[in-house]
Amino acid sequence: MKKLLAFGLAAAMVLSMSACGGTSTTENSQASGDATFKIGVIGPLTGPAAAYGQGVRNAAELAANEINAAGGINGVMIELNAQDDEHDAQKSVNAYNTLKDWGVQMIVGSVTSAPCIAVSAETEIDNMFQITPSGSAVECVAPDNVFRVCFADPDQGAAAAQYIGEHQLATDVAIIYDSSLEYSTGIREAFVEEAANQGLKIVADEAFTADNATDFSVQLTKAKDSGATLVFCPFYYQEASIVLSQANDMGYDPIFFGVDGMDGILSVENFDTSLAEGVMLLTPFSATEESSQEFTAAYEAAYGETPNQFAADAYDAMYAIKAAAETAGITPDMSASDICDAMKTAMTQISIDGLTGSGMTWNAAGEPNKAPKAAMIVDGVYVMQ
Amino acid sequence: MTKKKIRIQNAVTYGMVLIFWAVVEIMDRTGNLSSLLKGLLVPLCMYAILAVSLNLTVGILGELSLGHAGFMCLGAFSGAFLTNCLEGAVPSVGVRFFLALLLGALVAGVFGLLIGIPVLRLKGDYLAIVTLAFGEIIKNLINVLYVGYDANGFHFSMKDTTSLGLDKETGVILIKGAQGITGTPRAATFTIGILLLLLTLFIVLNLINSRTGRAVMSIRDNRIAAESVGINVTKYKLMAFSISAALAGMAGVLYAHSLSTLQASSNNFGYNKSILILVFVVLGGLGNMRGSIIAAVLLTALPEMLRGLNDYRMLIYAIVLIVMTIFNSSPKAIELRSVVMDKIRHKKTEKKEAA
Repeated sequence: MKKLLAFGLAAAMVLSMSACGGTSTTENSQASGDATFKIGVIGPLTGPAAAYGQGVRNAAELAANEINAAGGINGVMIELNAQDDEHDAQKSVNAYNTLKDWGVQMIVGSVTSAPCIAVSAETEIDNMFQITPSGSAVECVAPDNVFRVCFADPDQGAAAAQYIGEHQLATDVAIIYDSSLEYSTGIREAFVEEAANQGLKIVADEAFTADNATDFSVQLTKAKDSGATLVFCPFYYQEASIVLSQANDMGYDPIFFGVDGMDGILSVENFDTSLAEGVMLLTPFSATEESSQEFTAAYEAAYGETPNQFAADAYDAMYAIKAAAETAGITPDMSASDICDAMKTAMTQISIDGLTGSGMTWNAAGEPNKAPKAAMIVDGVYVMQ
Repeated sequence: MTKKKIRIQNAVTYGMVLIFWAVVEIMDRTGNLSSLLKGLLVPLCMYAILAVSLNLTVGILGELSLGHAGFMCLGAFSGAFLTNCLEGAVPSVGVRFFLALLLGALVAGVFGLLIGIPVLRLKGDYLAIVTLAFGEIIKNLINVLYVGYDANGFHFSMKDTTSLGLDKETGVILIKGAQGITGTPRAATFTIGILLLLLTLFIVLNLINSRTGRAVMSIRDNRIAAESVGINVTKYKLMAFSISAALAGMAGVLYAHSLSTLQASSNNFGYNKSILILVFVVLGGLGNMRGSIIAAVLLTALPEMLRGLNDYRMLIYAIVLIVMTIFNSSPKAIELRSVVMDKIRHKKTEKKEAA
């Protein structure tokens, strides 16, 4: 009988807790009435990509609080609701549907590419305004209601090749990339294409997949034997930290050139950051940069960690929404579809000075127009080039 | 079980699915269905089909397979490939979806047969390992596969899109390696999902209660005895295994047509997915199709229903999973349940007698 009792109690606890969760959200929306803009954030708050989603959620929250404290958008407050998608396309659509039940009017998300493509297809049907901070795959912004803050993958790959070519960093280049990651393959493809125009010679082109991303000795040996003086690493910082320490072990010391996914390398636990000295990366944001000091300080005070570029992208996304909403003159009582129509036009008219670029503008296709920035790691901090 | 009892049991299973469909449809028509639930309906059907089909291998055939996500992946990609391929030739999305379902089931079924020939010689743990490896191989192969077509026909590559050598003007890339297939029309609806679930149930339940099904179960219970009465073990094993694979392929096509992006990532088709489906089957009860459906629906919907708990929801989900397992299969809990049931029965008879 005891067991049955225990089970009953457990079940009751689960039920009551889920009931609490349910009611608290409805109370929120009721208490605030209709006089707010409801903005939904979708991103991986749990799971392996959680660092990105949490950065986006925190920064969006920070921006919303700032905007609200400064009087909101045309005097209207913003209300945020962040939903977890576990970096999964299906879950991301579920998260979007949950937000729709909540009465969302604009979407910031999804954070990662594949889920973003799935959500874009849904928002297109509903004609819901969407701006993704970091969905970099080309197809993310295919519908005309979707905009993004980051560069598209091919743009980043091409920009990296141009940067290397123009600054004559190297002529013999090796590439190591993650063939199971669309982000990585997309950048690599554009890099290879542009490299030919820049007179770069690709002497080694080695792939790995997410399932064997712990040992890079084979790829590094090939790069070393091919005599490459620069290794292009279009993947995320966790793998990059392993690449750097393994290269150090085998005494190979080329220039490592990363893209925005490399951002965060200095915060990897148990990683000797001195190995990252001299690493170059294309990044739209550096926490040590002059222009981002204020944001970094506020973020660190609120969440106790240094913001990454995903956070910066989200922060810019929120201010882009604010600027566009003020230009469009939307009001909270308009339907999501009407808001979207007004925002679509307004987005192409605004220009904002954000953390990830000054004088950012958007075209009707949803792509941002800003200058790519490169940074080098010197003495444990990013130095903008 | 007598024939009549079996019929009643099956009718209850079909009825349960139909009632679920009717309730959801009524709620939808009257506007009582939340967007979240609407979005969940197709995945619910998909997981139910997967659980029922895996139950055929695990519960009826008695072989532990961890490659179910691999078959699903095959179905999803071949189906989505066909739908996108025929875009010009067959304008109706419905017709293309139907053809995709057939092709997805066929491809997965054929692979089930091919894999089954060497693999079903193995038993128990070994079979589990090999099927697990198979699922991973399929996933990794699709991850490096590039396919496109232009005026000259199809181009394949295992390297990248540039090496496809497509004509710049007419070239269309269909499968783009790790980026998979994007832009598949979302033709999957709840009604189609339910129809496919009913079809799956029809196939599996009829199989179980047929001569073939009894032969399959006799292999599960005692292989040597089955062989000694002249049952062709290899034939029946292969039959059950490939039917199970084909149904998984069909569920994969349903999945591919419910989202506009399809990638062979570990998240979508990795062994964790296979294990998830196995969890549905084990929790629902081996050989119990109705249980599989209920477990699949509950465990798929639960994490979404718990969204109100924010960061704690996956924790609660795990706790619920443990509680359900204990309640369902711990000997003490089963004992307790039967005691409670007995008491209720006693009371009923007492009441009757008193009356």
